[in-house]
Amino acid sequence: MTALAALLLRDMRLAVRVGGGALMGVLFFLLVVTMVPFGVGPDLKLLARIGPAILWLGALLATLLGLDRLLAADHDDGSLDLIVMSHAPLELAVAAKAMAHWLTTGLPLVIAAPLLGIFLNIDGAAIGIVALTLVVGTPALTFIGLIGAALAVALERGGLLLPVLVLPLTVPVLIFGISAADAAILNAAPFGAPFLILIALTLMSVVIGPFAAAAVLRHGLD
Amino acid sequence: MEWIAPANPSRFLALAERLLPWLAAATALAFAAGLYEAFFVAPEDYQQGATVRIMFIHVPGAWLGMLGWTIMSVAALGTLVWRHPLADVALKTAAPLGAAFTFVCLVTGALWGRPMWGTYWVWDARLTSVLVLFLMYLGLIALWRAIEDPARAGRAAAALTLVGAINLPIIKFSVDWWNTLHQPASLLRVGAPTIHPAILVPLLVMALAFTLLFLTLYLCAMRNEILRRRVRTLRLLQAQAAQGA
Repeated sequence: MTALAALLLRDMRLAVRVGGGALMGVLFFLLVVTMVPFGVGPDLKLLARIGPAILWLGALLATLLGLDRLLAADHDDGSLDLIVMSHAPLELAVAAKAMAHWLTTGLPLVIAAPLLGIFLNIDGAAIGIVALTLVVGTPALTFIGLIGAALAVALERGGLLLPVLVLPLTVPVLIFGISAADAAILNAAPFGAPFLILIALTLMSVVIGPFAAAAVLRHGLD
Repeated sequence: MEWIAPANPSRFLALAERLLPWLAAATALAFAAGLYEAFFVAPEDYQQGATVRIMFIHVPGAWLGMLGWTIMSVAALGTLVWRHPLADVALKTAAPLGAAFTFVCLVTGALWGRPMWGTYWVWDARLTSVLVLFLMYLGLIALWRAIEDPARAGRAAAALTLVGAINLPIIKFSVDWWNTLHQPASLLRVGAPTIHPAILVPLLVMALAFTLLFLTLYLCAMRNEILRRRVRTLRLLQAQAAQGA
């Protein structure tokens, strides 16, 4: 087994075992979706109209909260130093970690989204479209969040710094994800254009995120 | 003196001491000329009346907000690629200045939008991307303050600056790519500028005045940052000596 595959499997096993970190994101997603009707009122038509946006925002926030599991735990017990010093290219190593993180945090969110869509009175076809945009867009959120996680890795009292750094960078993903979902649901605009741009953003972030994170880790760790 | 001499902090401080009075004087003169032109020479717009004069503050503020991040990107390359000694000082001090000018742009834009468009704010592409630029400035300043060691903070901030530079072309071309309430490009566009010289000249004079103000404040801030780091080093040495004694 190659080093990268071993790293990927290690991260996935740890995420499933330790403290329920993987399913905690889904739980937070459920809580956010539950809070929204308390805020905007239980009017079902309104909830159906803003439903895709609520699902996207909930997925974004749940991803953000899970990001400190990505690198900080390894930094604390010293394995991040070993990863940085190993023979495997650091860019691929952090990409493997981000991929494992998405598989254990992002993908459960996507699977949970249709169930939560029922709470928000979104109809069947629309739920499918929102889930499709989420499955394409959540890797972008994870890989952009990888950059913030690398920046915040050595901060003990990081607090809200990580979301503050990552949120402006995820704005385009959010815009095009919701634009694609609304275009298909309301049939007001072509679905293909924003969806293709969303795919492009994900592909770009899969490349840029690991390179930026590796540069930060190499330069920043003392 | 070779052109590379200012890389030495002491030489840079000496150079800054010599340049600052001239820069400050030039800034004052440019502002005097620009404000005179803006208020007394430039004509009123036939539709907007006197409120068009907000443009002479709003547009240079926008240009300088973007220029700030551009300078920071060059400084970030200096930190990560060329290991220039003063690059992270340049990076750190440009951030609050750029944020201030972006804030001026947003506030004057809102005040201008109220009489013109009927609203203080609208979520179109240009305004949203400038707001995102402002938020990224604030995030960068937060990152600087979160890391104790200035050199490590400089490297982290440099990486974030380069990643955030993607926002600059988005801001510039946002009025072309999307249907926006904000007006399209009038100056840096294919074909000649669409502004009449009677308004274009005061605008350029004010832009020059704002740029000189940025440079003056920037040199002051860099000088202060170098002195601040020297004070920090002296304090650390003093604490070590006291501990050893």
